[in-house]
Amino acid sequence: MKRTPLGGLLILGSMALAMLGPILTVILWAFAVKWRYPNLLPTEWGMKYWGAMLGRESVITPVLTSLALTSIATTTAALICWPAAYAFARLKFPGRQMLLFSFIAAQAVPKFALFVSISVIFLQLGLVGNFWGVVLVQMLSAVLFMIWIPTAAFRGIPPMLEEAAFDLGASRLRVFLMITLPQAMPALAASYVLAFVSILFEVDGALLIGAPSVTTMPLLLMSLSNQIIVQEAAVLCVLIWVPCFAVLLLTRRFMSAKGIAQGFGG
Amino acid sequence: MLQIDTITKTFAGAPAVRGASFTVDRGELVCLLGPSGCGKSTLLRIISGLTDADSGKVRIEGTDMTSTPANRRPTAMVFQSHALWSHMTVAQNVGFGLRVRGLAKAAIAAKTATVLDLVGLGAFGKRLPSELSGGQAQRVALARCLVVEPNVLLMDEPFSALDAHLRKSLREELKALQRRLDLTTIFVTHDQEEAMELADRIVVMQQGKVEQFAPPGSLYRNPQTLGVAQFIGAMNTCTTRLHLAHADWYGQTLHLPLTDGEAALLCRPEDLYRSPQGAKAKVSRVIDLGPLMRVTLMTAHGDLLTWTCPRDDAPDTGDDITLLPRRLHVFRDGVLLGLIDQPEPALLDKAPALETQP
Repeated sequence: MKRTPLGGLLILGSMALAMLGPILTVILWAFAVKWRYPNLLPTEWGMKYWGAMLGRESVITPVLTSLALTSIATTTAALICWPAAYAFARLKFPGRQMLLFSFIAAQAVPKFALFVSISVIFLQLGLVGNFWGVVLVQMLSAVLFMIWIPTAAFRGIPPMLEEAAFDLGASRLRVFLMITLPQAMPALAASYVLAFVSILFEVDGALLIGAPSVTTMPLLLMSLSNQIIVQEAAVLCVLIWVPCFAVLLLTRRFMSAKGIAQGFGG
Repeated sequence: MLQIDTITKTFAGAPAVRGASFTVDRGELVCLLGPSGCGKSTLLRIISGLTDADSGKVRIEGTDMTSTPANRRPTAMVFQSHALWSHMTVAQNVGFGLRVRGLAKAAIAAKTATVLDLVGLGAFGKRLPSELSGGQAQRVALARCLVVEPNVLLMDEPFSALDAHLRKSLREELKALQRRLDLTTIFVTHDQEEAMELADRIVVMQQGKVEQFAPPGSLYRNPQTLGVAQFIGAMNTCTTRLHLAHADWYGQTLHLPLTDGEAALLCRPEDLYRSPQGAKAKVSRVIDLGPLMRVTLMTAHGDLLTWTCPRDDAPDTGDDITLLPRRLHVFRDGVLLGLIDQPEPALLDKAPALETQP
């Protein structure tokens, strides 16, 4: 008979509570009109604050900016980094390990300091306060996920699988498109989700390069957090999560949850 | 059909294949047999085009294929660990070769179904590779190759990851299928029994070189090099010196009409028989093999000798017996010097003085 690991369930339960509890509270706040102590749940529900927030142009513009910025930055990074990752995994060239390591080394430096020096260069190029400047600097946040996860994934594909396809008459390009890419897809999707989320929530680069003309959702959220109306911040929080869930669901559409977990190393 | 002409390949200074040459006829199944690291898999990959040779030529149906890439050669390879694509169904795996050849969907489906029936997996088309057993997966890998109708089928130790029983039955299936389709096949294995059972002819490879290319029976009866003799089946090896056409064989002088010099006298365990004039040996162990008995003996010189004998001829442990070889394979410098049937023991007064082994 299978024993139920009670201790394990307890740990799992408390972890779930610790992770989902705050999120649940925020979601409740977003739909609460009145919620005062000592009530466990809001006493009055409604979409009042949603209307108020979505009606403001100062909210809508950052939402649209963030969506466009994140999609463009993530997709461009993927187009550049995934082939690079394939090269790291399959080709042997001098300085390969050093270069691969340098992507981690860049993460070890405080990001803020890095962005300050970048902003000096961008200022000369006229990229400060510019949408494309922010796209460029935010792509940096994606590089780590977009290089390391796919490199490991491509490396994990036995060369024999590609050889078998090549041997049966497929061209190199077809082998890549029909065998290598689908085999690596779970990991690639995972790297896309991670990069998308990290860019969407990125603050330092957006603030230093984008301000004052480019405002993203996290920047708006920061400015709102000084105000007293909890519901407005909660609505914005939920708004930021929506694209994250959308991307997650989208990746789920063309592969199993198991595949994504595998991509994350599960 | 398939011509291998002085193929040489070196990996980072270490020679993997050294001047291998042989020709395979149409419909023939040839095994590349040798210990691991002897270059047999490398040679197979060179035939497939997945590895480039440093020098030499590969010809298929008379056409030089040496510089043709793998995807344009009329060969198909079954890999050791099936190498099925996990993101495709069995039918998609099998149909892949046809798909890249641009066949219509209906034609692909029809051919795939036929070939899957051929390997006995007609009902498995919709399954994923992860839902197959090891034997089934290897059959799908075979089907994937058969469907493109290759001129030469290449198999790289395809059954070595499977258990002994399954291996045997798949071997028989493969042989029947290969005969039926008249498929020219190159089969790499390190398993002698497998090679003996499957092959029309065997290429024995050692340290990158082709030692001998012959039918299984001939390899066993007439090994042409010391390497083949010691690799195929069991042998009792006695290193000695020929002097005036006589040599010491485990303490007994034998008359061997061959030129003088160092020599290795090899004898199959079943080629020994009892004779009063034979070499003396003490029985140290008797193993019952069922139909036969395997007797381990210690000679006067302290060498071990193995004798396979009929049940009623078997001695008891501790017995002192005298044995003679029925057939001796004599090698010098690794090459066959002569095959002596019924070598005669020299009579004491006629035998020349021999330097006996220390």
